[in-house]
Amino acid sequence: MSDFLNSSSYFGVTVCIIGYALGVFLKKKLKLGLLNPLLVSIIFAILVIRIFGVDYENFSQSAKCLSYLLTPATVCLAVPLYQQLSILKQHFSAVLLGILAGVFSSLGSVLGMAALFGLDHTYYVTLLPKSITTAIGIGLSEELGGIPTITVAVIVVTGILGNVIGERICRLFHIEEPVAVGLAFGTSSHAIGTSKALELGEIQGAMSSLSIAVSGLLTVIGASVFTNFL
Amino acid sequence: MKLLFEFGIILFITFLGEALYAVLPLPIPASVYGLLLMLLALCTGVIKLEKVKRASDFLIEIMPPMFIPAAVGLVAVWDSLMPMLFPISVIIAATTILVMAVTGRTAQFVIRRKKGRNPENE
Repeated sequence: MSDFLNSSSYFGVTVCIIGYALGVFLKKKLKLGLLNPLLVSIIFAILVIRIFGVDYENFSQSAKCLSYLLTPATVCLAVPLYQQLSILKQHFSAVLLGILAGVFSSLGSVLGMAALFGLDHTYYVTLLPKSITTAIGIGLSEELGGIPTITVAVIVVTGILGNVIGERICRLFHIEEPVAVGLAFGTSSHAIGTSKALELGEIQGAMSSLSIAVSGLLTVIGASVFTNFL
Repeated sequence: MKLLFEFGIILFITFLGEALYAVLPLPIPASVYGLLLMLLALCTGVIKLEKVKRASDFLIEIMPPMFIPAAVGLVAVWDSLMPMLFPISVIIAATTILVMAVTGRTAQFVIRRKKGRNPENE
């Protein structure tokens, strides 16, 4: 059984999709913010490969068609960006300054805290892309010499955290303008935070998806400078 | 067939992004080049929105499950992550809250200042 699963070409992708479906089902049934479908599917997949004794390498091979689509999907983020060009133009300075401030506070605070904890360069650059979308984050982490698998985990945890506590943070800091709320979600917690912003309203959702691409690009540029600091 | 052609256009632009990544000596992933190329193509009208819309909506919608294989890779690096678990958790929590607050407050400050200056614009 284990030999067969290790050599299967479709086992991994099936486990991923079943896990995600399970996550969506649980979220609907239990209505808990913490039960993010992505989080559930990751835990499900880890449990399945542990229980059936499937090597991560073999699992990854048979789930490759999913990761394969990550780059084209990121390219597609240009489409909502293009559709929201008018909102972007109307609030251009607020969007740009908000995301710029967010990106640099992200890079700066990661630098400061990495130095505080005495992390080495590898871990520092592994954490640098933590607030941007995984598709860009994986590539950036690789480019800078980080550990992409840890970067992915950090990005996913960041996203889920933003999704779960974002509303409370916005209330705590009196962030009320829909545009500002959207930018805060997208810049701090990328696509996973954006799914929450979409629930809050159209403007929030639109601005949040816009931030995914813009903060991703600004982080790529900023991180290539920040990588030299530690 | 229309959907296949839409996918074809998206994959072709992704391929061009890959080519740029191979040629240019910058630390920018192929996906970002592709994103910029797609935006440029849409803005200049080289590609009409409806030529990529359906496939693009689908790809963006199914994006979250694409992260699963990479995240499961955590089991492969768990041993090297364990000693760093505490600092990494603290950094994630603190910086996420900070980034959210700074982004939102900055954007809101700019929006409200603009509103105060020329209320007729709003």
